[in-house]
Parts: sequence; C-alpha cells; structure tokens
Amino acid sequence: MTTWHDYLKEQGHAPDWPYPIRFDKEQEIDTDVLVIGGGISGCWAAISAARQGLSVVLVEKGDTIRSGAGGPGCDHWCDAPANPLSNVDPDEWAQHMADHPYCNGIGIQVQCREDYDTLLEMEQMGGKIRDTGDEYIGAQGRDDKTKFMISPRYTRIHSYLPEDKTKGEKTFSSNPDQKLNNVVIRVWGTTFKPALKKECKRLGVKIFDRVMVTSLLTENGIQGARVVGATGLNNRTGEFMIFKSKSTVLATAGAGSIWLISTELGGYSNMMSRTISGDGTVMAWKAGAELTKMESTGVLGIATGYKHKWYTGAGDASYENVPIVDANGKVLPYPIQGWVDAGAMMPYPGVEKAVREGVLKGEYALPFYGDFPAMPDVERRATWKLMLGEESTTKIIIDTFNKAGYDPGRDLLQSYKLIEGVSLPQWREAGYGGGLLVDWNLKTTLDGLYAGGTQMFAPEDHSYAASTGRYAGRKAATYARQAGESKISREQVDREKARVYAPVKRSSGMEWKELHAGIARAMQYYVSEFKTESLLNMGLDALRKIEDESVPLLFALDPHKLMRSLEDTSLLTYAQIITQAMLARKASSMPLNFQRIDYPTLDPPAWNKFLTIKLENGKVKTGKLPLTFWGNMKNQYEAHNKDYTGVYKRK
Amino acid sequence: MDYKAYMVPNPMTPGQVVSIDPELCTGCNTCVEVCRLDVMVPNPEKGKPPIAIYPDECWFCGCCASDCPTKALKIEYPLNQRVGWKRKDTGEYFRIGMKNPPPPNTRPPV
Repeated sequence: MTTWHDYLKEQGHAPDWPYPIRFDKEQEIDTDVLVIGGGISGCWAAISAARQGLSVVLVEKGDTIRSGAGGPGCDHWCDAPANPLSNVDPDEWAQHMADHPYCNGIGIQVQCREDYDTLLEMEQMGGKIRDTGDEYIGAQGRDDKTKFMISPRYTRIHSYLPEDKTKGEKTFSSNPDQKLNNVVIRVWGTTFKPALKKECKRLGVKIFDRVMVTSLLTENGIQGARVVGATGLNNRTGEFMIFKSKSTVLATAGAGSIWLISTELGGYSNMMSRTISGDGTVMAWKAGAELTKMESTGVLGIATGYKHKWYTGAGDASYENVPIVDANGKVLPYPIQGWVDAGAMMPYPGVEKAVREGVLKGEYALPFYGDFPAMPDVERRATWKLMLGEESTTKIIIDTFNKAGYDPGRDLLQSYKLIEGVSLPQWREAGYGGGLLVDWNLKTTLDGLYAGGTQMFAPEDHSYAASTGRYAGRKAATYARQAGESKISREQVDREKARVYAPVKRSSGMEWKELHAGIARAMQYYVSEFKTESLLNMGLDALRKIEDESVPLLFALDPHKLMRSLEDTSLLTYAQIITQAMLARKASSMPLNFQRIDYPTLDPPAWNKFLTIKLENGKVKTGKLPLTFWGNMKNQYEAHNKDYTGVYKRK
Repeated sequence: MDYKAYMVPNPMTPGQVVSIDPELCTGCNTCVEVCRLDVMVPNPEKGKPPIAIYPDECWFCGCCASDCPTKALKIEYPLNQRVGWKRKDTGEYFRIGMKNPPPPNTRPPV
C-alpha cells in the first residue's frame, strides 16, 4: 500500500501531515560561509570553504545526498585537459573551449586548470574514478597504468557536431602530432553525490536539508549592498529560517520549466527537475546583483519521459559507440559518439534531413534501434554497464531493463527518434543560458556573494560545476576571513516572512500547478518563436497581470505545496527578467539562439557584446560588456590564484 | 453489490510511480529521504512502507530504487513510458511491463 487513496480507504480519513507544523516559528543560524544549494557545485563550495577552517552552513531544498542534476549520476568528467593522459595543454584547451561568443571564459579557465585536481579529491572522498575492478581491460580508451577510462568525446575538437573537415583540421600547438586529445574521462558518477555529502559532514559542515532559501539579506536591507545572509523555509515543517553569514555562495543552477509544465504527461526531457526553479537567480536579482545572457534560450527536448532523455541515439549524450540501425537492420548514417567520429553527439542538420527524407521515401524503416549486439563485448559492457549503469543518470533505466529481461548481447534497444516528434519552438528552456555575472574570484557584483556552476552565466557541465564550486568556496572563505560582522535588517526579514507565508493564510484560490501553467502559456505565446517589441511587451504585461492578480490568490495547504507556490514566484520573476533582457537586445543573434522580427540582422558588430541586466533602486537597468571582458584567461587566472595549493592533503 | 464510495478527487496521473514490497520493506524511509521532490512521506505506522502523496511530481530519477537497502522499492513506469526492444535474431518484440516478461537478465552484458 503506497498510494494515498489506499490509506484513505483503509483508515477512513486523511492522515495527519507527517511532520510537526511550525509556521511562523523562527530559527536563527550564524555562520562564516553560507552555501545556498546542495547540488554538485554547492557541495564542493561547502567542502572547499570548510577545508579553509571556517564554519560552513549548506542549505538544500531537497536532500543533499541525491539532489541536483548530478544527484543520480553524471555525464562524464569533461574537459579535464590537465589529466595525465591528455595530449593538450590545459590553457590551450581552455582557449579552444572559449573560442565561441557568449561563453564564460572565467569558469572555463578554472575548469581546465582545476578539474583534474577536483577529480582526485573526489577519489579521496570515495568517488570511483578509475577501473579499479579491471572490468574493462581491452576497452578503447582504457589506460592500463592509471586505469582511467578515456571517453571518445572531444577526442578531436570540443564540439557536439562532427568535425567540419572543409574548415581544415584543428591543430593544437601542444598536440602537433594530432594524437587523440583524451580530455574527457568516464567516471562512476553514481557514487559521487553520497560521497560529497559524507565529506561535508566529516568536515563539520552544518547541512540543512529540506530548506528552500527564499531570499538574500543585504546590509541594512538595501538593494545592491553587501549580502549578509538569507531567509529560508523548511518545506516539511514550514519553519522560517534566518541565516546570517559573512559570505555566501549561490549554487542553485538555472530554471528548468518556464515554458512547459506537465506533471501528468511526463514525456519531456529535462536535465532539471521542477525543483530547479531559478530561486537563486531571482533572489540575487532582487538583492541587486547583475545578470547576463538572460535573453539566450534553447528548445526543450522531448523524449519518452524518463528523467533523462532516453537514449534514442544519434544525439543523446549517453549513447556512445552504439551503431544505430533501422527496423530492417540497415545502419544509419548517424554519428555514434564513438571513437570513429571523435565522439560527435549529433549529426549535421543535412544528415538529419536526409534520414527523414529517406524514411518518407521508404529507404529507412522506422523504428530505429541501438544495435548493442553488434558491438565488441568489452565496448558493449563499457557503454551498458559502466556508462549507462554506473556513470550516468540512467542507472534506474539499466536496472529496469535488466530486470525486465533485456539482454544487450542479443537485443536491439528501441529508439524513439522521429516517432516521438520534436518540440514545438514554443517549448523553450532557459536553464543553461543566462545567470549571474562574475569576476575572477567568481564573485558576483554584490560584495559577499559568490556563485558556482550553473548559477553563473553560460555554464558548462558536471566537472565545471564541481571545479567552479570548489573555487567559489575557496574565494568566499578568503573574503569571510577578512570581512567584518554583518548587519541584518529585521524589517527586510519581516517583509520576506509576510511574502513567504501569504499562501497558507488562504485555503482556496489558485493552486501552484495552475499558476505555473499560466506563466508557461504567457511565455509560449509572447516570448518564444515570434519576437517583436510589441509581442514581448504583451508578454511582460501578461506576466505582470499574473503577478498582480494571480499570485495574491495562491493558496497552499501544507509546507510542501507552499514550497511549490514559492517556486512559482521564482519562475515568474525569472520569466520577467528573460523578457526584459529580450526587449533590451535590439538585434538578432545566432549564438544566443535569438531571432527578432523587428531587428532581423544577425549579430551586427555593435551588438557583439554581453547584455547585462539588474535592478537599481527597483528599476531595470541594462548595460553592455565586451565578449571577452575577462581579459587574458591564463594571465588573469594566475594573477588571481598565486596561493592555489592544488590537491587537498587529506588527514 | 455492497460498496462504500467516498468523495475523493481523481487520483493523480501517474498514479503509482513506485511499488514497495511490504515483505522486504523495513520502513527505514531511505527512499523518503533521498527523493529530491519529496514525493513520499513516512507511513504514520512505524515500520510500514512510505506513502507516495505526490506521484505527479515524480521525476523518475530512480534514486529511491537505487538506494533502497532491501530492494523493496520498484519504479512503476506509467503506461505512456514503457519502452521496448527487439531480439536481433528472431525479431521478437518485448516491452517494459509486459504480461509475461522474459526472466531478468542477470548475466553481465557479454
């Protein structure tokens, strides 16, 4: 009996809420460093700050043990050019990664310089990073000495697409013989999150799980002033938390489901669950922090509805080395993310189009399948057992298939490519585009506030989140050590407390799912495929109406629903920021995936700049920054990290 | 037919995202604690399996199933999410959740 209506029928009444209700009750916590968000980046920030000997509090909306996009596992340890098998110099690889507009050169440089050290520390903590069990001897990419398993990804260039040979081969001066780059390592990612939580506890980090941070506190309650703490809601008891800190690291990632919400249907692929609702970005925004790249969006992938896009092949990160065949066994001209095509994850648009036409002409028969039986035994095991089963976020899928009798040695795995359809252009995602602006200390524009991972603008991936979180924690600790006592404004706390509890003062009105769907609808109509000044303004208007008319109707019957209601308010503000940023960029841009009907010219030189956006005295203010505002990546990194001590010496 | 009905709204969709074997479950509530969406709550009766009160919020990350110490918990994929496969040599087609499934594959993928 695991359903609520079973219990209801058996007992004859609804069970009491299983946790003590503590609405309005307060708890005050004082600490040196506050880390908001217990995902990959947040855990590393907390560990890093605690290793500097400071008191650290880590606050997580779910449970740190498995929270965040990296909770169930991860998708390779990417871009680790400092690893012993790499054939490219880390600075040169970083330059190559940063060789496209609107990336985050600061984060990339940190990642390339420090993520191998970070990986070794992961191993110290109990994360498995090499084939110590000798299960994959003979697999391509396995180094028998270090037992590292190199992935085929990025073995030629840093790109999801196959290399465009018409542009000439890319040569790295540090790799003149053009050996394989070897910058991506396959790891046992399912072991990481619990090990990170364990290390936090070992170091004395005070973890507050099931607490949603709802706002930042600024000195004297002034917007734009130093960040001195935060408020939080325990989403099981409803207790109100007041955190006071000398410095703060924000690591709550982006926002996953602004344009689309459907809990009932599932079926959309999203690396971010509904809980990743832009809380951190919005609280920083309200505190006066500057954001950038908020106008950049992507299209939400749809899939068969598992957490992670079911590996339909030819484009999904988890389908390495597996040939894709049609229903008659004919091999398709997709890249297989294998050694053959240097790990390319997607076919060229031309190839996609040709396959689709081939299907319509009867040249290829749907459905497609992943031909696991055709693979050499050790490579099959490396993809099925290691990558999908123990590295990635798909362990549950592998376990389910195994229990259901699937045998990769004999069975073709069905792909849902083409038959599942494609996302509408109205279904967009914002989570990996814009975010907080940072400097070489990963400090935001607010004193005392740092950011790691996907919280920053233009994020990368797991090892990026880990290494930048680790870096931000280090820098936040340095600041905390020399920062004076912080002054909280009780008036700011009271205002936030009133906002937080408003939905539980009502027992009817509008519930959180309907509000979320309303936000999504407004964005689908006015802030997606067709963009003009008037459409975007209609979008802003629609969102403002939701804020003025519908948010005051929100009602929540328990602390969990209260959390979801507050997440809605984050999504709403996030949507407003995106719309404002889109209005402010009066040019179209290919790299930003941004097309305006009224400003159709793609990337005119005057607009090859970052657009920044923030609140100043409650008013939206925009600005511009050069595309490489961070300067020379190598020199700046070295200037800011003379004291870097490399891998932690664990006692 | 004697039947007592209650005024209860539509069950959620998906309605049952996890099934827990009451014989294997010890009520340790590990699954409750690892769930990022707080889908489940502890049973008011100690030692009994947790109750999924927010099955519509389940993200199917499977951390509950993977971390269950007694393997009592199984993910129940909704009907619209049951993927399939085909035996290469015979062409026979199988699906997750089918009526007479093949036996579990316990040998390593060779």
